[in-house]
Amino acid sequence: MDRRDILRRGAAAGLLATPAAGLLAGCATGGGGDSGDGKVYKGTKSAQNPLGVAEDAPLEVVIFSGGFGEEYAKAHEAMYTAHHPKAKIKHSATQEISKTLQPRFVDGTPPDVVNNSGAGQIDFNGLVSQNALADLGELLAAPSLDVPGKTVRDTLLPGAVEVGSYDDRFLVMNYTYTVYGIWHSTKLFADRGWEYAKTWDEHIALCKKIKAAGVAPWTYAGKHPRYMSWPLISTAIKFGGTSVAVAIDNLEPNAWRSDAMRTAADAWHQIVKDKLILDGSPGLDHVQSQTAWCQGKAAFISCGSWLENEQKAVTPAGFNMTVAPTPSLGAGDKLPFEAVRGTAGEPFMVPAKARNVAGGLEFFRTMLSKQGAQDFTRKVASLTVVAGATEGVELPYGLSTVVKALDASGDNGFNWVYNNYYRKLERNLVDAACGEFFSGRIGPAEFLDQCQKGADSIAQDSSVKKYKRSA
Amino acid sequence: MKHGKYPLILTFLVPPLLLYVVFVVSPYLQAFQISTTDWMGYSAQADPVGLANFKALWHDDYVWNALRNNVVLLALVPVLTIALGLFFATMLSMGGRRGRAGVTGVRGGAFYRTVYFFPQVLSVVIIAALWKEVLHPTSGLFNGTLRAVGLSGPSWLGDPRFAFWCVLAVMVWANVGFYVVLFGAAMSAIPREIYEAVLLDGASRWTTLRRITIPLLWDTVQVAWIYLAIAALDGFILVQLMTNGGPNFSSDVIGVRMYDTAFGSETKFGYASAIGVVMFFLTLSVAVLALRAGRRERIELS
Repeated sequence: MDRRDILRRGAAAGLLATPAAGLLAGCATGGGGDSGDGKVYKGTKSAQNPLGVAEDAPLEVVIFSGGFGEEYAKAHEAMYTAHHPKAKIKHSATQEISKTLQPRFVDGTPPDVVNNSGAGQIDFNGLVSQNALADLGELLAAPSLDVPGKTVRDTLLPGAVEVGSYDDRFLVMNYTYTVYGIWHSTKLFADRGWEYAKTWDEHIALCKKIKAAGVAPWTYAGKHPRYMSWPLISTAIKFGGTSVAVAIDNLEPNAWRSDAMRTAADAWHQIVKDKLILDGSPGLDHVQSQTAWCQGKAAFISCGSWLENEQKAVTPAGFNMTVAPTPSLGAGDKLPFEAVRGTAGEPFMVPAKARNVAGGLEFFRTMLSKQGAQDFTRKVASLTVVAGATEGVELPYGLSTVVKALDASGDNGFNWVYNNYYRKLERNLVDAACGEFFSGRIGPAEFLDQCQKGADSIAQDSSVKKYKRSA
Repeated sequence: MKHGKYPLILTFLVPPLLLYVVFVVSPYLQAFQISTTDWMGYSAQADPVGLANFKALWHDDYVWNALRNNVVLLALVPVLTIALGLFFATMLSMGGRRGRAGVTGVRGGAFYRTVYFFPQVLSVVIIAALWKEVLHPTSGLFNGTLRAVGLSGPSWLGDPRFAFWCVLAVMVWANVGFYVVLFGAAMSAIPREIYEAVLLDGASRWTTLRRITIPLLWDTVQVAWIYLAIAALDGFILVQLMTNGGPNFSSDVIGVRMYDTAFGSETKFGYASAIGVVMFFLTLSVAVLALRAGRRERIELS
């Protein structure tokens, strides 16, 4: 049965008391897919139109209006209509992606492009397991819009495709390139004569020096303590190699209790034990802790490279925020000090039941053109997954340190994706464990046990689809 | 009246009834139906799984933990709010005894009444944001004051020992004003002569409240009790905005669990609906119990 049929029949009969069962089938779960009047737009493929976009097909784009705003998307849309003048674009922006779009997914009438991001992000595991996303493979094989002789795949930074792939199908286009690391103010460090430490022992020594100078060495987002899981896991990966991350992503038994994780957790426990964290940090949210850090109340904070844009309004002039890799544990580390976690972020997707799937893919091709990527970097001070798109763009200080860190890291860069596979594991379970650990209520062993318990609960949940990656 | 009666009734009755059925009754029924499926929310596919969701619920520690917090809220929020509401309302309408004869409120009663009502004017979202700043561990009003007298306060919402109680306190704070006004209005309906007689007999304020005011306000108190009990079983907005259930699930409530299961970290709409159905029955039984338990003989005033 189909929702529209029911409504039509209901209206025709003038039924005042539609039986409850009929309503049930009609409203929430009984929605109709792409039957009925659902017209799908398809054009003919040609050299100029490799994705086969129907020239007059309208395109609906829904943007998450968060840290990046929505202006960049309007610019991309203008570029799209420049190539497809007959296409009409319907643009909207919201902070509540899941609440706004959920009914439309069920009804089978989702928009063509969705920027699925923010706190109201729809869990990707749910979307992928319900086949709600279109395969973007065709986009990768299409020629780049403005880099001659290269396919879209050729223009992307390493790792960009892997992050959005589920069982080897490329379903999610992560547009930005984010570097995760430890941030400090070059100005504060220069003024006080401090220098960022490359090994953990030196880091602790530096922290003690900073504390003696009356500044808290660390602060963190106590309300979202998972921010601190990033440097901790990074330390473990640099110590034990990338297999540490693969094991965690694949939900292998005792992955969280591996030797590398144990060593890293023991090391990080030092900043808790020695009270090297700003008092009250457990009660701060990310904005509050980042602001305290910008005010010079703390020296270090863990964050991704969106930090600079997020803190724009409160960062003092000349603060010069700099990202640095996590300190090495010692000479035995498998990865060098320079290795950082870089990953594609800010997910975009084309729903499988979108009317204009080809248009959605073409919109991504526009975003991934050199012109589109440069415009984005200029507007929101963030890197994109398009290689070399920063050429000729003047970068703000923090972002320029991100580019340097990435260059130094080179092929040693690493990443993990369990947070994409199993949103709940990072957002809820590891998050809670980090909160206990970094506020000093539990020790390293209990911390890893709690994380492992969370991972096991996901592994045992038969309603959650599992993914594996090999490297 | 013979011909025009039914069209008139139909015109006035059918549209609201229809709206009610479509927007209230049918979602309720649907929630029941969805709770017996494994619907994941983003496709039309939902397979019936019988009572599997409820069975899983029974073994879900996080749900039990949230439920425990709701029980604490249920036990404390109505009692504290009604007690404070009655106290303030009594003081405002008959607390003043010094200096003047007769039954009057404390000096500046109108001012207090307005101030108490303030929180009711603010939206819950603003209340949550306000208290988050008041409870800010470094620059908040509380810890600032504590520091001024040489003490260091806890990180309140960041500390599992305090987070839940902070939310509970804010919940009471946000509700008291309304019940002060409600009880105040009900008190003004009590004939002054009764109080004057009590006064002449030399009864203390406490006796007056316990023996005269509360019995005469019983209906109002009972209504307040049911409203507050329902609010305590919900508590979603305040908790979600102030702590989102944390730290380490210490301030979690069942509403947050339901929201998180469907819209937050997962898309298990079937399971979330099962949580919703449980909430529905809990709220219903609490309301019925409160009505039953509170049944007393009504006192006629005239």
